[in-house]
Amino acid sequence: MENLIGLLVLVPLAGAGALLCGGRRLDRGGPWLGTLAAAVSFALGVVLFADMLGKGGEERTLDVTVFQWVPVGSFRADVGFHLDQLSMTFVLLITGVGSLIHLYSIGYMAHDERRRRFFGYLNLFLAAMLLLVLADNYLLLYVGWEGVGLASYLLIGFWQHKPSAATAAKKAFLVNRVGDMGMSIAIMLMFTTFGTFAFGPVLTAADRAGEGRLTAIALLLLLAACGKSAQVPLQSWLGDAMEGPTPVSALIHAATMVTAGVYLVTRSGAVFEGAPDAQTAVVTVGAVTLLFGAIVGCAKDDIKKALAGSTMSQIGYMILAAGLGPVGYVFAIMHLVTHGFFKAGLFLGAGSVMHGMNDEVDMRRYGGLRKYMPVTFVTFGLGYLAIIGFPGLSGFFSKDKIIEAAFAKGGTEGWILGGAALLGAAITAYYMTRVMIMTFFGEERWRPAPSPDEPSAEPAAGDRAGGMPHPHESPRTMTIPMIVLALGSVFAGGLFSVNDAFLKWLEPVTGHEEGNSPLGALTVTAATMAVLVLGVALAWAQYGRRPVPATAPPGSALTRAARRDLLQDDFNHVVLVRGGEHLTRSLVYLDHKLVDGVVNGTAASVGGLSGRMRRLQNGYVRSYAVSMFGGAAVLIAATLLMRAV
Amino acid sequence: MSHAAAVHRLWTEFPTAAAVDAPKKIPAPHIEYAQLSPTLIVLGAAVLAVLVEAFLPRRARHLTQLALSVVGLAAGFAAVVALAAKGYGTGKAHAAAMGAVAVDGPALFLQGTILLVALVAVLGFAERRLDPAAHGRPVDSFAAQAAAVPGGDAEQEAVKAGRTTSEVFPLLLFAVAGMLVFPAADDLLTLFVALEVFSLPLYILCALARRKRLLSQEAAVKYFLLGAFSSAVLLFGIALLYGYSGTVAYSGIADVVSGAVRTMDPALAATTGNDALLLIGGAMVLMGLLFKVGAAPFHMWTPDVYQGAPTPVTGFMAAATKVAAFGALLRLLYVVLPGLRWDWRPVMWGVAILTMLVGAIVAVTQTDVKRLLAYSSIAHAGFILAGVIAVSPDGVSSVLFYLGAYAFVTLGAFAVVTLVRDAGGEATHLSKWAGLGRRSPLVAAVFAVFLLAFAGIPLTSGFAGKFAVFKAAAAGGAVPLVIVGVVSSAVAAFFYVRVIVLMFFSEPKGDGPSVAVPSPLTSTAIGIGVAVTIALGVAPQYFLDLAGQAGVFVR
Repeated sequence: MENLIGLLVLVPLAGAGALLCGGRRLDRGGPWLGTLAAAVSFALGVVLFADMLGKGGEERTLDVTVFQWVPVGSFRADVGFHLDQLSMTFVLLITGVGSLIHLYSIGYMAHDERRRRFFGYLNLFLAAMLLLVLADNYLLLYVGWEGVGLASYLLIGFWQHKPSAATAAKKAFLVNRVGDMGMSIAIMLMFTTFGTFAFGPVLTAADRAGEGRLTAIALLLLLAACGKSAQVPLQSWLGDAMEGPTPVSALIHAATMVTAGVYLVTRSGAVFEGAPDAQTAVVTVGAVTLLFGAIVGCAKDDIKKALAGSTMSQIGYMILAAGLGPVGYVFAIMHLVTHGFFKAGLFLGAGSVMHGMNDEVDMRRYGGLRKYMPVTFVTFGLGYLAIIGFPGLSGFFSKDKIIEAAFAKGGTEGWILGGAALLGAAITAYYMTRVMIMTFFGEERWRPAPSPDEPSAEPAAGDRAGGMPHPHESPRTMTIPMIVLALGSVFAGGLFSVNDAFLKWLEPVTGHEEGNSPLGALTVTAATMAVLVLGVALAWAQYGRRPVPATAPPGSALTRAARRDLLQDDFNHVVLVRGGEHLTRSLVYLDHKLVDGVVNGTAASVGGLSGRMRRLQNGYVRSYAVSMFGGAAVLIAATLLMRAV
Repeated sequence: MSHAAAVHRLWTEFPTAAAVDAPKKIPAPHIEYAQLSPTLIVLGAAVLAVLVEAFLPRRARHLTQLALSVVGLAAGFAAVVALAAKGYGTGKAHAAAMGAVAVDGPALFLQGTILLVALVAVLGFAERRLDPAAHGRPVDSFAAQAAAVPGGDAEQEAVKAGRTTSEVFPLLLFAVAGMLVFPAADDLLTLFVALEVFSLPLYILCALARRKRLLSQEAAVKYFLLGAFSSAVLLFGIALLYGYSGTVAYSGIADVVSGAVRTMDPALAATTGNDALLLIGGAMVLMGLLFKVGAAPFHMWTPDVYQGAPTPVTGFMAAATKVAAFGALLRLLYVVLPGLRWDWRPVMWGVAILTMLVGAIVAVTQTDVKRLLAYSSIAHAGFILAGVIAVSPDGVSSVLFYLGAYAFVTLGAFAVVTLVRDAGGEATHLSKWAGLGRRSPLVAAVFAVFLLAFAGIPLTSGFAGKFAVFKAAAAGGAVPLVIVGVVSSAVAAFFYVRVIVLMFFSEPKGDGPSVAVPSPLTSTAIGIGVAVTIALGVAPQYFLDLAGQAGVFVR
């Protein structure tokens, strides 16, 4: 079994290597090869899972040290894997959803000339993400962390000929750097505090370190999580990341990579529990982001950006739950898994719609598509019901628990967090209903493609010539993954909740405490249902009963701000870019005047000294001999002197 | 009075019958030929090479000499490896040949290094494609006829006849043989003989340049005069040390220094144990060795000689002499004078600091690439001295490693210098090197690698060596020395990088030099230099371990 863990990472890595280095020979078979690699690692994951199920709850952890990576003195960084229930959950999610999305991409990318490279990047992502969740120490986790960042950068910018895609990739990369810096400093602090990076020793010793230290480490880890998971204040990259191909948005920017922050917080639970201030910061970030993302999601007309806002918001829920401590860890991960199903399904549905609509992304140009794309409609609809928390579907079980746990925090804080979570649920129902109605219901607001010679945003299948779109159902390779994910969206939450199965599965790793909500479980559920109905009704009133205008109305100040992502870029520009420019300018000034002055002065004096000393080298052998004689005399005198003193 | 009587006993006592018979009873010295085989093989090859000069026709000599030298040096290296494999470097280390020559780890390591360096250097000696052929015959870097007056009729005649000085090969072999003994010498007389054996051929080699002969001869005369001066001082020091201890054997002197010996030769009773003799004699011997390593203030010959000597000779001399001389210096300080370290360490501190600073600072204003490399070698001598002063096993191994690393960088760098030429031969003025990177990117890149190694940039052998040496010095308590070393390295980095900037970021001049296409000989030499530089930089641990195993002197 131990060897299988290594293979789990190696198979997609080998796939990536083969696809990226293999050259044109693999152009034809490349997509299938990549999909095969993903499927093999899923199969390995299932085997490991079955093996794990065969053992008792406490013996399920598997630790493997592959080799010593950097042994320098007391500094030990090993390449080692740690497979427990938490990483197992991620392995299955990553490889399972990953395989489905590979399959989907075969159809979606069928007409792209560079699809071999695309699948290579996808495999690279899988390998890095698996390394991230399987690492047994923070340094190796960091390798995976950077690896997924790289894959994300490459895939966002996959259509690099589009300036917007190239810029979006750069933006994602830069914003992630901020978070990664937090990660690297946190790791350094860990080493100075605990003398190691391995999860085991760090987490068991966490309660012995001072609270100040722990708070610093935890806040830095939170910064890292914010970067990777697009949480406020490092959220700005996620919307733009939708420039990447839709399967990428589904896999990386919805189901897996962006949830790495939740994994990090959950995995480092002991650190956060020792630092209550940091935990407060975590729940604040979560609560703010879940509202932020939801509000942005309401205003976007671009279907993928609306879904991106939704992703941000849902991860906000998870971060909030993870920040609550043992009360919330299990529900954070459970929501993460169910979200992985329904959000990936929604993105694939969106991709399918775009596929049939000449790559149109503006929902104001959709409408009435349910007749033309029945499979997409049904699967998207099930995902929709799941995300808004329709009773009995996945989202209902996981989100409801988080809201309950938020109230259980107690005191004013509990009311604020619970209120925010509840409000978020209402907004979620609103914007998702809006997406659903604008896309699949109402009259057909289609429009011919702007001009045929303009390079198409997504070189997907079908007639790309101008003219009216002819919506059609997507090929089988695309619909099958959508169907599978829809099934997951419907049943996963229920399965997890039967007998508290998921709770019992994860509890040995994360621990669990039952929260006692001041409201009681039933009240919370009732309230959630109420706001759900409210949100759906409001959306219906606005978009279902009235025709949707083909151009967006001016809207209120809040709407306008939300369309601009609540002014995140303006804020970044004014505060960070301008501030950075000023800082650079003053540093350059200092460098010129102060540093260069010292440097040039030193250089000039060395040069002058050199010129003077050079004159001693006059070419006359007699003066050389004299200097040698003098030198010998001094040498002897000095030796004698040393004895004398 | 009894002393005086004892001193003159030889003359006052009438030889008895037993004394007359004595010569018969002197046992033949016991020589372990197998353990001396590296030196003996090279010496044998040198003697054969002289015979080749005497009996073979001119046309056949070049190839024969080259083959003989390569085979001799390679066989010598094989002998070193065989000795090391048999454990003479570690467990079986001892003093061979009646205590005259040590066979131990440092000796074998340094002998191996010298032989490898010589093997590479001999390729440069044999290069005949760089200069245009004179009267249809290929020529090498050496004068057609060394004895002919520069510019005279005899010279022209010799050039016309297509003569070459193929004696350089036996000279090289003799020098190598001396260098092999030098770091292994275990008594002062052997030390002196070895010094002369390798110095005299070098003096001659320096005078043999084909181009710029006057400069070359001037360099040789300077080198000879100053070398003779330093040899005299060394010899005087040996005499004083003998007077102090009554023996020339290292271990014997060390015993006297540490006070372990109670019996003394009555003839020397007046001087034995006189610390003034020890200190002055020790300082004089030190000075002789410091001259050879090119440490300040005994460094002044270096730039003139490096510039004037034929470049292949400069490369060989800079690399191999330094290895041999530092080996001898290490042995002297670690075996003979360890009991005296509180006396010599402060003095050596001063020498090391002065050497590093002088080398680095004066190099800043140099305009000739060979002189630049000469000053760079002075600065490096200072860095190595910092490791010598550590007086610890780590110090020894770091110095051994540094010497190996430095030798190959130097060889490679001077080999590149031979390639850049204009009508007057090698174009050594730095202004001519401007823009070389545009015209000959490969040659410029290779030279840049060597310069970076000199500067001690990571992933080159220079960094690993410098790091090891400074680490050993700091561990030995010489932190100020390390600080001076790092500052000098920074100064030195300036002029190395300046050359790189000159090569790659300056406009090439219209009448700039051309890069000659060398034969495989020089290419091989440069290739080995680059390979060793990078190998020792990327994976230094194996070689550091090797040097570490070889770090114990026999006593």
